[in-house]
Amino acid sequence: MTTISPQRAEISSLPRGTGTRATRIIGIATIVMIAWLALFGLVLSPADRDQGDSVRIMYVHVPSVWLAYLAFIVTAVCSAIHLFGKRHSLGVDRIAGASAEIGVVFMAVTLATGMLWGRITWGVYWQWDARLTTTALLFVSYIGYLAVRGLDGTQQQRARRSAVIGLLVVLEIPLVHWSVRLWRSLHQEATVLGTDLDVSLDGLMLFSLFVGVIAFTLLFLWLVLHRSRTLTMIDLVGDRELDRAVIARRAEGGIDHA
Amino acid sequence: MAEVSRLAIARAMFVKDVRVEIRSRVVAHQILPFAALVMVLFAFALDATNVLTRVAPGLIWLAVLFSMIIIVQRTFAVEATDGALEALQAAGVDPVPVYWGKWAALVTQLLVLELLLIVTAIVLYGIEVRAGGIVLLVTTAISATCGLAAVGTIYGGLAAGVSGRETLLPLLVLPVASPVLIGATRAVEAALGTGGTAIAEGWPWLGLLSVFAVAFGVGGSFAFGPLIED
Amino acid sequence: MRDAGFIFGSYLITLGAIGAFAWRTIRVGRRLADEVAEEDKPWR
Repeated sequence: MTTISPQRAEISSLPRGTGTRATRIIGIATIVMIAWLALFGLVLSPADRDQGDSVRIMYVHVPSVWLAYLAFIVTAVCSAIHLFGKRHSLGVDRIAGASAEIGVVFMAVTLATGMLWGRITWGVYWQWDARLTTTALLFVSYIGYLAVRGLDGTQQQRARRSAVIGLLVVLEIPLVHWSVRLWRSLHQEATVLGTDLDVSLDGLMLFSLFVGVIAFTLLFLWLVLHRSRTLTMIDLVGDRELDRAVIARRAEGGIDHA
Repeated sequence: MAEVSRLAIARAMFVKDVRVEIRSRVVAHQILPFAALVMVLFAFALDATNVLTRVAPGLIWLAVLFSMIIIVQRTFAVEATDGALEALQAAGVDPVPVYWGKWAALVTQLLVLELLLIVTAIVLYGIEVRAGGIVLLVTTAISATCGLAAVGTIYGGLAAGVSGRETLLPLLVLPVASPVLIGATRAVEAALGTGGTAIAEGWPWLGLLSVFAVAFGVGGSFAFGPLIED
Repeated sequence: MRDAGFIFGSYLITLGAIGAFAWRTIRVGRRLADEVAEEDKPWR
């Protein structure tokens, strides 16, 4: 008893579930940074000369876009590593899946906060601008990607399929962006979108944005670690249930034959 | 077994798909009427002839997209019931020519569908095809169809087999196909002169459609194998 | 502050989504961690 107790003690001192010391540190840092972001974004930073207070939405909007696109880049890279790597690693596939889930959540946040900003700045929630439209289609495409991950099949099948879909989305994005830009350039616009993000950022505003980007990058790291570990356990539990079902079926068969 | 050339596999696949269609007449008897019906329903929804003439190009391509989803579901359902794709896989048949054979069959069916829809639009919506726009119209139809069929065949391969995947197909195909909808609609508008657009305005769109077709044609060749491999 | 509802709303949406997603991730992780043996958790 006493010989294994130091190890035991070490394990029990660790965070529960999917946590480790590293994630705990990242988590605390994230919370601190987000609190800072709220403080700087809502209180300390000044209102913009042209945009007024609506610029404050940018301090959460821009970091969420950044996080969402970062997540999708990670998904694409992991998909490629899974598909072209020699090991066809399932661990990489789970990171791709976890990252896509995070990306979808933050893409939704991005679209929602962007619409609120648009309502203040343009007077409308939505513009058929290339960036907005591409983002919306990217959002829908990754919902499709997650649906593909949910299909029946072995873990290797899921990984291969979703990796292919993940890379096809990458092919889709520039084409969508190009088509929407070409389409909208035929119409007026520019007058409305002239006020876009071209605000002259003063020191404190730039700093608030910087705080936001750091906070959300840490947040991504924290979420992807926890979520991919959870996906690993989901797969393990799924395997175990499958094994149990096979054993149960075999037992039934045995009784039938006897 | 002697090595069968890729072209022969593609041709065999194409002939098989077309023959299945000629015998069963599902496209002719069910999907073409469905597409025409959609055009009639658009007219009900968008009452007023001048609106219909204005938006006719977009409606044609929407009807093509929706019908394509059904055609793709149908062609791959035929494969799935016999486990034909798995059998091909097991026999070690190269998936690339299988992809191109199915692609060619889908292109053929879609071109027939588009011809019917354009005629329907002429009859029901009163659009007029001008002589100078015919080249643009035909090249647009061909390049858009090549792109759409490439996308449809990729995701059809994924949707083949296990039940419950059919509902996934529109969710996967429609976002990817949206550049084609935008491009083909604008190009056809230019060809028809809808809203006073000049024919010259259509050519950049044709560029987009061609790049799309090539990108997803190449992408599909690589993606199809891993997707149907089960 | 003009448009305060929109501005606070956007912070609320963002922080709410982060909170909900993080909470769900942790909760599912803890529930599953009880079912899975320690040696199957490579991060331990």
